[in-house]
Amino acid sequence: MGKIVKVGSGQGFYGDTIEPAVYMAEHSDVQYICFDTLAELTLAILQKDRQKDPTKGYPKDITNTMRKLLPFVKEKGIKLITNAGGINPEGAKNEVLRVAKELGITGIKVGVVTGDDIYDRIDEFQENGIDLKSNDSNEDLSRVREKILFASVYLGAQPIAEALNQGADIVITGRTTDTAQFLGPLIYEFGWEEQDWDKLASGILVGHLLECSGQGSGGNFSGDWYNVENLQSIGYPIAEVNEDGSFIVTKTVGSGGRVSIDTIKEQFLYEIHDPSTYITPDVIADFTTTEFEEIGENRVLVKNTTGRPAPPTLKALMGYKNGFLGQGMIGYSWPQALSKARAANEIIRSQIETLGIKVLDIHTEYLGYNALHGPLAQEIDEDLINEIFLKITICTEEREEATKLAKLFPPLTVNGPPYVGMISGLSPSRELLGLWSTLIPRETIESNINIEVFEVI
Amino acid sequence: MAKVKLKDVAQARSGDKGNSSDISLFAPNKQLFEVLKKEVTAEKVKEHFSGIVFGDVYRYEVPNVLALKFLCLEALGGGAPSSLRLDNLGKCFGGNLLRMEIEIIDEILDSLKVKDQ
Repeated sequence: MGKIVKVGSGQGFYGDTIEPAVYMAEHSDVQYICFDTLAELTLAILQKDRQKDPTKGYPKDITNTMRKLLPFVKEKGIKLITNAGGINPEGAKNEVLRVAKELGITGIKVGVVTGDDIYDRIDEFQENGIDLKSNDSNEDLSRVREKILFASVYLGAQPIAEALNQGADIVITGRTTDTAQFLGPLIYEFGWEEQDWDKLASGILVGHLLECSGQGSGGNFSGDWYNVENLQSIGYPIAEVNEDGSFIVTKTVGSGGRVSIDTIKEQFLYEIHDPSTYITPDVIADFTTTEFEEIGENRVLVKNTTGRPAPPTLKALMGYKNGFLGQGMIGYSWPQALSKARAANEIIRSQIETLGIKVLDIHTEYLGYNALHGPLAQEIDEDLINEIFLKITICTEEREEATKLAKLFPPLTVNGPPYVGMISGLSPSRELLGLWSTLIPRETIESNINIEVFEVI
Repeated sequence: MAKVKLKDVAQARSGDKGNSSDISLFAPNKQLFEVLKKEVTAEKVKEHFSGIVFGDVYRYEVPNVLALKFLCLEALGGGAPSSLRLDNLGKCFGGNLLRMEIEIIDEILDSLKVKDQ
């Protein structure tokens, strides 16, 4: 049997539990644990953190992650690959070094990849004829230019492979594709060439099946979810990868959840748009050729994924200020819960008008009836409804206007329909964020990527 | 012929990219995949999501996993961080699609029931 590289899923988003990764580190023989911590909107949260404190701007849970896992890096040689650098990889690196010191761990190397953050390069790009038009609407950037809060490019796996090549035990990046943390170690371990398109595409699929953590091992499963065992101690997915790119998806023995064709195929097609053309910086992967075979309990063989040459551009995602959100909520009990909530909605809307609150958009939802289904919710016999919560959300230009909505809710307890259960009219307003995705010629970005490796001494 | 909800015969998961909802629908076997190809068209999905999806709907066929994929544009109230909706990520669009009713001939439906038992 040839060389097998084992990579495991550590976290699927900022705030995900670390316990499955700890269990994996203790009870499996993975060589790499990889973390995808940056959803589209995560950078907005991090940007606010950095505004308050310039040393921050990375997911705060990296501290806990490192406290729990650095001992395994030292003792078992497990390597950690994470994009928890957020918009401050340098700051995240300093935090990792600090935790290592706190734990008395020395002799490990931390690699840092930068070059994804283009916030300070927007003018430079535009001066050089890169128009940064919207991918979605083809609109010119000018409308949102002054409102931009963050801007970064999705980097691929090559810089991660290079950091490993330079001896890093831990690799910290900023914005990367969700899959890069998983493909990076495979490129490094197997020496896959930049034009091994089918192998790279297979590695992308390894990453894609693992990057959402529990969604690849029985979590959020729409089939017979009620039969999936021990979700309270779910094991996050692991891939055992062969040099030719074929791999087995499994999970730590003794953990909960389920790895079957039915559970992983839902993740297989998750958020990828055209399955024949999954565009990444490393390769354009074709998932329509992929074959699955269940070869044992919680073991699925995945093979025959194919790929085509990588694109000449990289995707950038920018976030811009897009007004403020104000909200209020109030609950009504049986009888006529829905009718009462509807009456309260009318009262609030009428008051918004009378008071002249400057609302750009308004949205009403009835929790327990249509909040998750909108216009697709089915009418129900009101006598069967025990309780309904009215939630009104508004969008305004100024924060001050947004906060006015919440103040209208408490008086409803004495002025409105009867049997009020609960109010949370004072939920804080928050800033809304628009997303702007665009394409940038890759050489403009790649010539600026920097990789540094620091040793903990 | 019988009318059934997709919920009773298929799996679905949904996610987001910007203001688009991305929904996968999985058939349990080849026969049903053929039925879904015929019954669950992009046009029907667009109509099903009236009032919540405002852009075009594109469909991709993925026969290796007996799936159909739907990309729904202008579907998430401006995209997760701009949306006023509780389901700002469109995680429930999968469940919403499973509400759709389709026609299935009894023979195919019976084969599924046998499998369930």
